Amino acid sequence: MSTTKIRFGTALLGVIALTVAACNQGGEASPWRTATSAASQGGMSALEAAAKAEGKLNTIALPPDWANYGEVISAFSTKYGITVDSQQPDANSQEEIDAANNTKGTDRAPDVFDLGAGVALANTALFAPYQVSAWADIPANLKESTGLWVSDYTGFMSIGCDTATVELPATVADLLDPKYEGMIALNGDPTTSGAGFNGVVMAALANGGSASDISAGVDFFEQLNEAGNLLPVDPSPATIASGQTPCVIDWEYTNAAQGVGRTDDVVWETVIPSDAPPVASYYIQAINKDAPHPAAARLWEEFLFSPEGQNLWLKGFARPVLQEKLIADGTINQEYLEALAPAQGTPVVLTQEELTAAQTYVSENWNITIQ
Amino acid sequence: MSDLTAPLPAVEPEAGAATSGAGPRRPSRLRTYAALAPFFLYVGAFLMLPTLIVIVGSLQDASGVPTVENLRVAFTEQRFVDAFMRSIWLSLVTALAGAIIGGLLAWAVATGNPDGALRRLVVAASGVLAQFGGVMLAFAFLATFGANGIATIFVEETLGLDVFDRGNWLYGLTGLAVVYTYFQIPLMLIVFLPALDGLRREWWEASASLGGSSWAFWRNVGGPILAPAFLGALLLLFTNAFSAYATAAALVSQGAPIITLQIRAALTSEVILGQANVGKAMAVGMIVIISITMVMYALIQRRASRWIR
Amino acid sequence: MMAATRRRPLPVSIARRAILIAVLGYLILPMVAMLEFSTRGARGTRNLDAWVAIGSDPNLIDAIVTSLEIAALTVVGMLLLLVPTMTWTLLRVPRMRRVVEFLCLLPLAIPAIVLVVGIAPMYRFLNTFLGGSALTLAFVNVILVLPFAYRAIDGGLRSIDVPTLADAGRSLGAGWLRVMGEVIVPNIRGGILSAAVLAVALVLGEYTIASLLNFDTLQVVIALLGKRNAYVSVAVSLAALIFAFLLVLAIAYLAPGGRSRAPQVEEE
Repeated sequence: MSTTKIRFGTALLGVIALTVAACNQGGEASPWRTATSAASQGGMSALEAAAKAEGKLNTIALPPDWANYGEVISAFSTKYGITVDSQQPDANSQEEIDAANNTKGTDRAPDVFDLGAGVALANTALFAPYQVSAWADIPANLKESTGLWVSDYTGFMSIGCDTATVELPATVADLLDPKYEGMIALNGDPTTSGAGFNGVVMAALANGGSASDISAGVDFFEQLNEAGNLLPVDPSPATIASGQTPCVIDWEYTNAAQGVGRTDDVVWETVIPSDAPPVASYYIQAINKDAPHPAAARLWEEFLFSPEGQNLWLKGFARPVLQEKLIADGTINQEYLEALAPAQGTPVVLTQEELTAAQTYVSENWNITIQ
Repeated sequence: MSDLTAPLPAVEPEAGAATSGAGPRRPSRLRTYAALAPFFLYVGAFLMLPTLIVIVGSLQDASGVPTVENLRVAFTEQRFVDAFMRSIWLSLVTALAGAIIGGLLAWAVATGNPDGALRRLVVAASGVLAQFGGVMLAFAFLATFGANGIATIFVEETLGLDVFDRGNWLYGLTGLAVVYTYFQIPLMLIVFLPALDGLRREWWEASASLGGSSWAFWRNVGGPILAPAFLGALLLLFTNAFSAYATAAALVSQGAPIITLQIRAALTSEVILGQANVGKAMAVGMIVIISITMVMYALIQRRASRWIR
Repeated sequence: MMAATRRRPLPVSIARRAILIAVLGYLILPMVAMLEFSTRGARGTRNLDAWVAIGSDPNLIDAIVTSLEIAALTVVGMLLLLVPTMTWTLLRVPRMRRVVEFLCLLPLAIPAIVLVVGIAPMYRFLNTFLGGSALTLAFVNVILVLPFAYRAIDGGLRSIDVPTLADAGRSLGAGWLRVMGEVIVPNIRGGILSAAVLAVALVLGEYTIASLLNFDTLQVVIALLGKRNAYVSVAVSLAALIFAFLLVLAIAYLAPGGRSRAPQVEEE
């Protein structure tokens, strides 16, 4: 190899190395990396300025029609002029953590997480503690005391149907009716998906089970499968639009969002079944300890827990954690509040022990694989 | 393991090397082998090291303590054993189906004009279809046999039968078998066609001039020569189906009937956490099964080399 | 090849046609179905909306460009890795031939889903130097394409007399680099093109590793689109297939003697 080529090659390598080093500078020296509240570093205006200077936010696993995240993201982006890179909208909570681990130290790493309870509690080592301005108003059992994580919204397990094709059921038991043959889809496999798992919990509560014994739920789905009513398909906006999944068991906020703004023949309605107490599970917000954009991440959290953010979630049919406080303060959006499906009974939220026991039971007994 | 697509007979590289390289300067052994270093380093870093990581990971629990628990779970727990069995069944069935149908197609193409448009088109299409499994194939089949697929609608309207169960058969093992066969056929064509090409016209003519019928030719000459290539291709198809992930991932979401989907579930489940190392144990199981297949392939090829002279 | 003669017995002819029609028909059916599905409009009309939408989805365009870039890098990497190695093995270290062949076929034994589990730490390491761009997928794609590329280049190398050519070049005073670049490579053009095309097809179709390492390549975006809009995802799948097919066909027509065959002695 001629010396010219060698010199050129070395120079090229040098340029690449320098560029890469420069690009990876972001976020490392920022004081916001360890800030545990906005006040500690000069208040909201300082936070906004720092976030705007960073100019970018990496989010992950936020589908646009999940709790109205599409509008939440664009509202945040417009208000502060920060570009939001919404990665992998269809990832689940575990995949969020995997992505954070795989892209650690790069500019692509997710800044913030929105996780299911189980995954969040298992990965607190990845989070940075931060207390939003509204911290004091959040109930103590819905947050981690130092700010490592905080609950953001919940929904109730629901059944959604295309009423142009089939009648909306009123109870879980109705689903066994022959008119639903080949029509019912569960959002995800209960052994891998949180929404699917909670669907089984709802079925358990409707069939004599309880938070500590969900075997009745697994049995119900086997019955449903034998009756030929259960579909082995993952429901999605596409399957709903094409008529492949006329009925879907999923969180209220996902189901109800499918009914909004439709231009085709599908009429999507949602009901929270009356033969079981509503099943709820809070999702959890956390900030990545190694976030490439720490100030933007914290500003995002502040935005989400502000009345504006909470109401946008409400618009997406999710029940935000500060709901009671907003009602008391009169800052809640009444129209959105009234659009929520009626629910009777005290919501059931599984405790950590009940969750572990139920998940173990499901993993060992869920046998619905279509042969 | 000799190259499956090597035409028969092959150029003998050993003989070639012996006649060359006797130049005036004998380069040092080190320099000779050093030229191969980049290749070995690259494969070592990007193939051997990850495999090692998987094997080591399967022998550790979630906190790094050495254990055989993961292997025990992966090979004895009913749902994983079932998944292994189903994967093997699926791979065998689709390998056979693909080999037979693909073999027939290869014969039909090979007996045609070697420079003709048909051959070029079919070989090109096969090259693409064999690689393009996964997501696109899943969508293609959904468009054909799904709930609103053209075939489903056609059968319903002309025959009035819901043969395809509103398209839901696609998500089961039968559906996977049909979809897998679809990419096995082109793969068979690509792998087997050179072997058919290598059947020299002279042998056919020699057989005919000795008074042998077409059946005699195949039984005594063509068959034995092609058998190793056919078996080798069959094993390759088996491995291909066994390792396949993307197509099943795109089609199946409820339940994990085959082992690659079980690995996905172990790695990405948000309900049952900490199963990543069980996933690695399953991966080790897959490597073992495939290695057995590859050894069989190598043995067949060695027997076959009798004919390649 | 046997029976290249036009005088085929009638039953064979019929059988041949029947097989061609049945099998090729089965292979083409889903393509036709995809075309039909992607041109459906509301209430039984036909339109090209889904196809037009391909051009207006920025994520999709980004993904297409990214995948093509990765494909190009993979081809270059694969050729740089394999051609010198295989030639050198053929000429100087023939006993390593089996080892090299084994290593090249090894990726078939290690499924992508297994590989991605073990390669994640490697990618974490790479990301700190190279910034986490999707182009780093080329590294692992080269491994994935090794078995197929090896076969193609091996076929090419077997069809020429490498030792003689190399000797000729060397005895005329060329260094190894020139021998490689100006003597060997042009003579195995068919094999190289074949390998390159296989590499492009593989990269454009690769889903497993890209999705589990969280990169937005073409297949990952198609899968995503499939959940939002079934029509566009089918349209773009068909478009990608047609593109790859045309590419392969173009190479097949441009490559001299694109099939690897032993030289026919009687033609000399």
